[in-house]
Amino acid sequence: MSKSLNLFSGSAIGTVLMLTLSVNFADRLTPEMPTEFDRVAIENDPDFHLIARAYADEAKADAPFGLGREALPEEIAAWNLDVSPDGTGLPVGSGDVMTGEEVFADNCAVCHGDFAEGRDNWPKLAGGDGTLADEDPLKTVGSYWPHLSTTWDYVNRSMPFGNAQSLTADEVYAIVAYILYSNYLVEDDFVLSNENFTEIVLPNAEGFIIDDRAETEYPIWSGEPCMENCKESVEITRRATNLDVTPGVDTAEEQAAAAPAAEAPAVEEAAAPAAEPAAEPEAVVEAAAPAAIDMDLAGKGEKVFKKCKACHKVGDGAKNGSGPQLNGIVGRAVASADGFKYSGPMVDHGGEWTPERLAAFLANPKSEVKGTKMSFAGLKKEEDVAAVIEYLKTFGQ
Amino acid sequence: MTSSFKGPKASRRQFLAGAAVIGAGAATGVRAATPDPLITEIQPWAQGLGDGVDATPYGMPIRFEQDVVRRNVPWLTADPISSINFTPIHALDGTITPQGCAFERHHSGAIELAKEDYRLMINGLVDRPLVFTYEDLERFPREQHVYFCECAANTGMEWAGAQLNGAQFTHGMIHNMEYTGVPLRTLLNEAGIQTEGKWVYVEGADASSNGRSIPLEKALEDVLVAFKANGEALRKEHGYPVRLVVPGWEGNMWVKWLRRIEVTTQAVESREETSKYTDTLADGISRKWTWVMDAKSVVTSPSPQSPIKHGPGPLVITGLAWTGHGKIKRVDVSIDGGKTWQQARLASEPGDKALARFYLDINWDGSEMLLQSRAMDETGYVQPTKKQLREVRGLNSVYHNNCIQTWHVKTNGEAENVEVS
Repeated sequence: MSKSLNLFSGSAIGTVLMLTLSVNFADRLTPEMPTEFDRVAIENDPDFHLIARAYADEAKADAPFGLGREALPEEIAAWNLDVSPDGTGLPVGSGDVMTGEEVFADNCAVCHGDFAEGRDNWPKLAGGDGTLADEDPLKTVGSYWPHLSTTWDYVNRSMPFGNAQSLTADEVYAIVAYILYSNYLVEDDFVLSNENFTEIVLPNAEGFIIDDRAETEYPIWSGEPCMENCKESVEITRRATNLDVTPGVDTAEEQAAAAPAAEAPAVEEAAAPAAEPAAEPEAVVEAAAPAAIDMDLAGKGEKVFKKCKACHKVGDGAKNGSGPQLNGIVGRAVASADGFKYSGPMVDHGGEWTPERLAAFLANPKSEVKGTKMSFAGLKKEEDVAAVIEYLKTFGQ
Repeated sequence: MTSSFKGPKASRRQFLAGAAVIGAGAATGVRAATPDPLITEIQPWAQGLGDGVDATPYGMPIRFEQDVVRRNVPWLTADPISSINFTPIHALDGTITPQGCAFERHHSGAIELAKEDYRLMINGLVDRPLVFTYEDLERFPREQHVYFCECAANTGMEWAGAQLNGAQFTHGMIHNMEYTGVPLRTLLNEAGIQTEGKWVYVEGADASSNGRSIPLEKALEDVLVAFKANGEALRKEHGYPVRLVVPGWEGNMWVKWLRRIEVTTQAVESREETSKYTDTLADGISRKWTWVMDAKSVVTSPSPQSPIKHGPGPLVITGLAWTGHGKIKRVDVSIDGGKTWQQARLASEPGDKALARFYLDINWDGSEMLLQSRAMDETGYVQPTKKQLREVRGLNSVYHNNCIQTWHVKTNGEAENVEVS
């Protein structure tokens, strides 16, 4: 747009130029010639009106349907965040390894481990150097990822899990610096910034080729296939049941036999939702009243809980994940979620989770329960601890 | 039955019925010992009344079909919020996948995005960066196409050996729907692509911000910005209100909750096109940009979750075939592990980059079978064996495993996922 406007600024020659340009865009409509009305307008204020007219005509001519509206610069800035390997899209900023270690501990370690080594099934970000040709390669930022831009871009746009786009640019630089350090690719005094970013070349930068199936596979797997006497003998060499890793599957008959009574009411409820809603709010108030929950504080706690959400589920049907489900946790016996494998130290912690004990644990998990599996660094702010406990109070057993 | 799969057990009555068929030699010759009470006695459904018309304003399958559902393999991923489940292809027929049981893959969970809150931006190397609302999209000329969507990781757990016991788990990261939408080409023309533009980067509105780079050539060819599937709105789990449809190419590129299309000079090399969805070969070198899904097929029944319950005699062998290169030309089936093959019957004229249904009707003699299917597409490409794939790629490719699948059907009709020599 602005480029076109510059072209037309000044005189009526612009109209001629514009027509020429439009013809070059073969599949686009040619703009209308200025009308009598336009000529009068031009006489009054040639520059302004001609430019305005050219602008409008061009927009109409080039946009076949004229639908949608122009994206504003602020809108593009808000969404156009992707970063390319050559550094296109990187904002100004910097972060050092040591800061990165802290930010990582607070935001990432809960899933990725304190040293980016990964917990449970969550991705490992460090290690695996030289394993790509092994039987079981370990693919990490250090061993596999070809471009550092991808790490910056992904952390910036998609992480932390459950609280995306909450990090500042400097924090992202710091985290990426720490991930590099965890992979022994930089020293502990390293500072990553938009200035030196493209100087970093990851170890596996040259480890990729563009899809070559058309050369290496398609020619050898094409043509008339064998129909008879294709092999002399056939032996079974592997069986899935030897591994026994397929999830159990209940048949319709078994499910129906197990819960025939549960089925019918569920359908009725769905069919007649209007029958009983009046009773519901009262029931909620009654249930909530004895606990005297500060709903404002609980609301704040819900936001804080985003930090916990990746591992802990709470609410209807919550199941254990990387961490135990937290229904009724306030007042619940320590280490008592059915089916969750707690660490020994947590089992030994004993007793029940009073608000006070929960607060102490959440403020500094590793010092309160030495050896806990929970690798969360803790909530630094007292008000965050109080809020999250208030939020958890809203969920009964 | 296998120890890991609590599959349906053939009842004694079914077994006896099967035996009777063998004894008689032909089903029409069977004489029942006693009259069938389902026929001779008046049944409640033939006497009383059923549900009124509004019993379920939006109908669900009858409760007898409640096992025809998506299933997850919990150990595959750290958390169901960033995970995948599988279409129950073993229990479906035809080619269209109902939305309610079409597999899901989320990276940050299935989000709720209302049409009123929906915005689609086109930016980058365009004459006019634009923002569209959902209503704007509905005003462009629409197209309808049936396409399959297959996750690149479908059958990925089978690279190193037969692992999961069921077609749902080995081949269920696929669905096939009729999409209504606006060609991406139309929207890009509306913005005006500048000559330096060579790629489009497409991105979702969810927290994962899943984004992929697509060469402009493909973007202008057949990519669809879709808002309806099988005639109704997309389901939340499939990207309501708007998703991208990238025919024949891996499912990860079919960005859900599509919010942005950026015309660029280069591939962004996002996380999902570098660290994931790249195929590592035996020497540790990895292929990137392996977008197209090669020809593939699988017998969906009989299969481990869909055993033969009726005993020897007439048997319908059925399955699905598809190719990202265009149309399926032919499907062959082997019941002896690939020694001999016979051409299966295609249920209808295969569509472009859509699932094809095949049938082979046999008279099963009750002996063991090693069931396989082999697809050929219109380019002449023939679906390879697992051995052939491994010879070229090794064991660590994870993605794009389109090998020939083998089910070992036993004399009692049960089936198991196996590998053969």
